[in-house]
Amino acid sequence: MAEKHTFDDKDLKEIEKLTAKYPDKQSAVLPVLWYAQDKFGHTDPAVQRLVSKTLGVPEAHIRGVVSFYTQFYEKPMGKNVLDVCTCLSCQVSGGYDMLHYIEEKLGIKAGQTTPDGEFSVQSVECLGACGYAPMLQVTNDKFVNHLTREKVDKLIEDLRTGKQPDFESNPMPQHEKGS
Amino acid sequence: MSKDWKSYQPLLVPAIRDLHEISVYEKNNGYQALKKILKNRKTWTPANVVNEVKTANIRGRGGAGFNAGLKWSFMPEPDGEPRYLACNGDESEPGTFKDRKIFEFNPHQFIEGAIIAAYAMQIDVIYVYIRGEYRPFVLKLQDAIDQAYEKGYLGEKILGSDFSVEMHTHMGAGAYICGEESSLMESLEGKRGYPRVKPPFPAQRGLWGRPTTINNIETLANVPLVMQHGADWYLGIGPKTHPGPVLYGISGHVNRPGVYEYQAGMDIMTLINEVAGGVRGGKKLKALIPGGSSTPPLRADMLEGVTMDSESLRDAGSMMGTAGMVVLDEDTDMVELIWRISYFYDHESCGQCTPCREGTGWLEKTLRKIKDGNGEMRDLDLLLAICYRMEGRTICALADAAAWPVRYSIDRFREEFEKKCKKTVYAVA
Repeated sequence: MAEKHTFDDKDLKEIEKLTAKYPDKQSAVLPVLWYAQDKFGHTDPAVQRLVSKTLGVPEAHIRGVVSFYTQFYEKPMGKNVLDVCTCLSCQVSGGYDMLHYIEEKLGIKAGQTTPDGEFSVQSVECLGACGYAPMLQVTNDKFVNHLTREKVDKLIEDLRTGKQPDFESNPMPQHEKGS
Repeated sequence: MSKDWKSYQPLLVPAIRDLHEISVYEKNNGYQALKKILKNRKTWTPANVVNEVKTANIRGRGGAGFNAGLKWSFMPEPDGEPRYLACNGDESEPGTFKDRKIFEFNPHQFIEGAIIAAYAMQIDVIYVYIRGEYRPFVLKLQDAIDQAYEKGYLGEKILGSDFSVEMHTHMGAGAYICGEESSLMESLEGKRGYPRVKPPFPAQRGLWGRPTTINNIETLANVPLVMQHGADWYLGIGPKTHPGPVLYGISGHVNRPGVYEYQAGMDIMTLINEVAGGVRGGKKLKALIPGGSSTPPLRADMLEGVTMDSESLRDAGSMMGTAGMVVLDEDTDMVELIWRISYFYDHESCGQCTPCREGTGWLEKTLRKIKDGNGEMRDLDLLLAICYRMEGRTICALADAAAWPVRYSIDRFREEFEKKCKKTVYAVA
């Protein structure tokens, strides 16, 4: 049976560029896993095997890395993963309220995926947007800050139609009143 | 120290439009420090650059507050084999969100600082380790690096000299521990982020067994300032013992949260009340976490006259950390708060050392029991005993970082903890 996941020539060229940054191939495990997750949406055991073969690094090592780092998905996730921060500044600024609102709205609990496969929700640790709490991150990419119920409604509606959020710049307050 | 804060002009992230573009950065004295060094290499030998930075006493902005130049001086003499600089942009300490300002608004000042550091330590390759959650910021920095290559500030024979250095970004994937320098190196080598036993220190045996220095992003962004204006000028900003500009990340219950840049040693109450607009909703201040989740919380009555520098905060009973200040109002439930911090450390413990792997779990479980209203007085003793069995008994400082907020909160907010432990008849605590 043919492997479900493969890298084509273009992928292999990109991977070669990634490995060239390091003195050995093992060091490229994280970037190549990122590359694989971007392509396949996750790094499940089949993807781990592919990365192992491509880099010539033991599968057990790859599995160890995937299971250590929170952002690598060990199994397929929803099309959109909502990582809601509930840590420290977000905790004291309504992070849990937002998480619970999203859970209620989607009818799932943190750690679950909607039956239509559109959304997964996770309660996550500090994402480094403490001054813009409460906030969430969409599928390891854009931050959505200063969450309100309205903003969540809009975001979920947009994501259903395939519209990803824009990058939100948070200028330093000194800049705003300055020049 | 903070008398003239209102007239302070930002140096790390100045208010200049499109400063992230290399042409704008160049127009505003960008890469001048590097040019100055490479044009006067007899004056600015690598050793002299190290000395100048050492004299300026840039205290590491990643949390430890160690003199950056002194750290550089630990690198051994070159032996012809590769040497590395790893720039720490992991920025995972809860309450910290400052380095991303540099990536977004002034990446070239950091890049210039890193190149100067590489020159001073005779380093061949620079890796910039950035947390995976910052993907949009990694891309912004990568754009800036590409520009710097195009203009000849990076790569072979920089600005026509015989000095060459490469710079690569490396994205983490969600692990707080990778901000610890030896864990960061493991992660760069493509492994699970298990901290290494020290010694050997990174300067002796770091990345791929070769001499390596690890510096925080903000620390390196200070370097061009020192090299352009001199150590004496730099020492004139803020307190002598902890000089220079600082990015203060203020979050929590304030009216105007955000990252602000002022001199080190700012008065804490000024930062809360004037800079950040005071406590939200006209409420009273209850406590402050001064420099990220691992720095012990200070009660409002402990903040009088305390300034944001290592010495003042140490005397007050806490630490400067990353200057990620979390402001907490009178309605904050300290038990809930500390439980959530413990949950974080339990989640982030790498599991290598037993006192940390088991201890963080027990702290979390015991605090959960108390916050859910099932606490007994003896649980407070148990918490303190767990802290004692964690502190200083592990390879890295994560166990200490997990224990301190618990220990000091029980000490400083004892009544609140006791109130939730009223079920028991064994009042032994």
